[in-house]
Amino acid sequence: MSAMLLTQQILNGLLDGVYYLLIALGLSLIFSLGGIVNLAHGAFYAIGAYLTLVLSPYLGFGGSIVAAPVAVALLGVVIERTLFRRFYRSDPILSLLLTFGLAMVAEQVLRMIFGAPPLSYSIPPWLRGQVAIGSFIYSFYRVVLLGIAVACIAGLWLLLQKTSFGRVVRAGVQNPDMVGALGISLQPYMSAVAALGIGLAGLAGVLLAPIYSIHPAMGQEIITPAFVVVVIGGLGSFWGVVAAALLVGLVKGVMVGIGYSAASTAAIYLLMLLVLLFRPRGLFGERITRFE
Amino acid sequence: MSDNNQFTRRRLLKTAGGIALVSGISAPAILRAQTAEVIKIGHLTPRTGFLGPLGEYAVMAIDLAVEEINASGGMMGRKVELLKEDSVNPQTASTKAERMIERDKVACIIGEISSASCLTIAQVASRNKTLFINTGGNSDALRGKDCQRYMFHVESQNSMYVKTVGRSFLRDGLVKGKKWYSLTADYAFGHDLLKVSKRFMEANGGNFVGDDLVPTDATDFSAYLLKLREAKPDLVVINLAGNQTTNFLKQYAEFGLTFPVGGFGFDTALAWAAGKGNFVGTWPVVWHHLIDTPGSKAFVAAFTKKYSKPPENQAWGDYIATKIVAQAVNDLKSAESPKIIEHFEKGAKFDVLKTRQGYFRGSDHQLMHEMYAVTALPADKIKNQWDIFTSSPPVPGPNEDLEVIAATKEENSCTFAS
Repeated sequence: MSAMLLTQQILNGLLDGVYYLLIALGLSLIFSLGGIVNLAHGAFYAIGAYLTLVLSPYLGFGGSIVAAPVAVALLGVVIERTLFRRFYRSDPILSLLLTFGLAMVAEQVLRMIFGAPPLSYSIPPWLRGQVAIGSFIYSFYRVVLLGIAVACIAGLWLLLQKTSFGRVVRAGVQNPDMVGALGISLQPYMSAVAALGIGLAGLAGVLLAPIYSIHPAMGQEIITPAFVVVVIGGLGSFWGVVAAALLVGLVKGVMVGIGYSAASTAAIYLLMLLVLLFRPRGLFGERITRFE
Repeated sequence: MSDNNQFTRRRLLKTAGGIALVSGISAPAILRAQTAEVIKIGHLTPRTGFLGPLGEYAVMAIDLAVEEINASGGMMGRKVELLKEDSVNPQTASTKAERMIERDKVACIIGEISSASCLTIAQVASRNKTLFINTGGNSDALRGKDCQRYMFHVESQNSMYVKTVGRSFLRDGLVKGKKWYSLTADYAFGHDLLKVSKRFMEANGGNFVGDDLVPTDATDFSAYLLKLREAKPDLVVINLAGNQTTNFLKQYAEFGLTFPVGGFGFDTALAWAAGKGNFVGTWPVVWHHLIDTPGSKAFVAAFTKKYSKPPENQAWGDYIATKIVAQAVNDLKSAESPKIIEHFEKGAKFDVLKTRQGYFRGSDHQLMHEMYAVTALPADKIKNQWDIFTSSPPVPGPNEDLEVIAATKEENSCTFAS
């Protein structure tokens, strides 16, 4: 294989990782703050994709990019207020069962409304075509997708690092009792984090609807690699999750590139195994007292 | 405020692992009382996972078939009761088949799409001397080294798909001296199809330049598309399955690649999901909704009336298999599997909604029937979301033996264990 093609595969793999990142960041945030392992996260991704189908005839794809994630985020707040909040301090197996059930309910509801066969949706004409970056020809849509995803991720980082909102969230991840002792109620922050995390999953659904098959079980396809990303990246670490997502995308892409595509899925689990063996806390996982 | 959260990282991993194990086993079927008045038929097909979208058509079709059979007097005057389950994976399929036969005493099992699950169901069926009709598993091995006396195939074998669409490729000059590159679904069906594809292309002078095995849960094909673009093949052969095919077609259009595309396996629902403009190439099908015969027209009309959308090829498979069983049982006045099998093996002919009748070949239990090659219409010629292709006339042609597209004894031989 030429060096040129290998470079292309590396770049493409990194881009692929960004899609996982949109899902994994929300998973990591919700888990870090509330201790909820949200197995229903993939379902919100699927809902985002289906909402794109429903909203596009009225708002166009451009409008759906804004409206669908907002709608999914609002749904996330409702779920957080009515369900998640009851499980923040209980045995995590309960929240696992809850979200596992929630994922199944969501999938069946999508199946009842839209039917099981996949539905068609294409890239809007104004986003089609190819761009040449040097001698690397790439899909214009994916470049746009990358831009939107990077903007959202950068925005989230600024929000968490540079605002008072972010300070409380970060403090809540480290020590919720101390935050409580300082007279700050974490409850509204929990809702906001759920809205952000779940809204990002919805956004991933919108962005991938034009290029992936849209079917009720599509959430299941993305949730497993997203969990792998969270485990590799380490809890509580923003950049850990970012690095892990890019690494997972890279490993998958390069495995295909060098002709070992059959092992491309297995390779990311092997990567997870190695990270757990040598760095049980994940790549950049912080030491979080209450999780030790 | 005390912190009673006993959550550790290790515990999270353990719990997640446990959930992963448990989720593979789905809820048991609700127990039903036994009644001698009804004849029970078991239906197993994947309703979740990457083949789930096709399984749904199978379920809709068998519901329609049973409804029609009951409306016209049932089997031997007895009402037909359908037991339907999601076959999930080969292990679960085998467990559920066993339960249907041993506990529910079904007369036969119909269904399946995954070649891997077909094999495990057939093993259970043979052990219990119960008829199993495969409506969606394509691999030649199921009709060859893995063949079973109690398994019959309404679905065509890979060889039939390859030789049907192969005629179109030969006609269009895409084989002799041309470079072909393939993407293959990484499980029993794909491996088998790649073998049969290579045999056909080599025999006809094609140059194989590469193949990538694609995991069944793959959604992103960008890495494969970059390789394809570099390889510059004269023909891209898509031997993928289920959602893989839809994902590939959408992204092939996205990357603006224009090499001729074709496949040696296909399902119409996947083309519908890829949509106008994304669906390209020439593909083989066992049946499609535009076939101009009275039987097919009546089936399409009844299905569309009940479900507000046309049936696809998987629907035909489960519909016709059920109708064949009903006709055989009524003709024989018996629902005993050994008698039905003897009847099939003697070459009984059945209406399969095509121009010619079909029959099961005694040597490997494969249904002999006509097939079709469909070619995607250009986007500006498409009038609605369903009629997105044109069809070849039936293959084989009217003056040819139906068996000319099937695997020969030398290519694939079956010995039934006695």
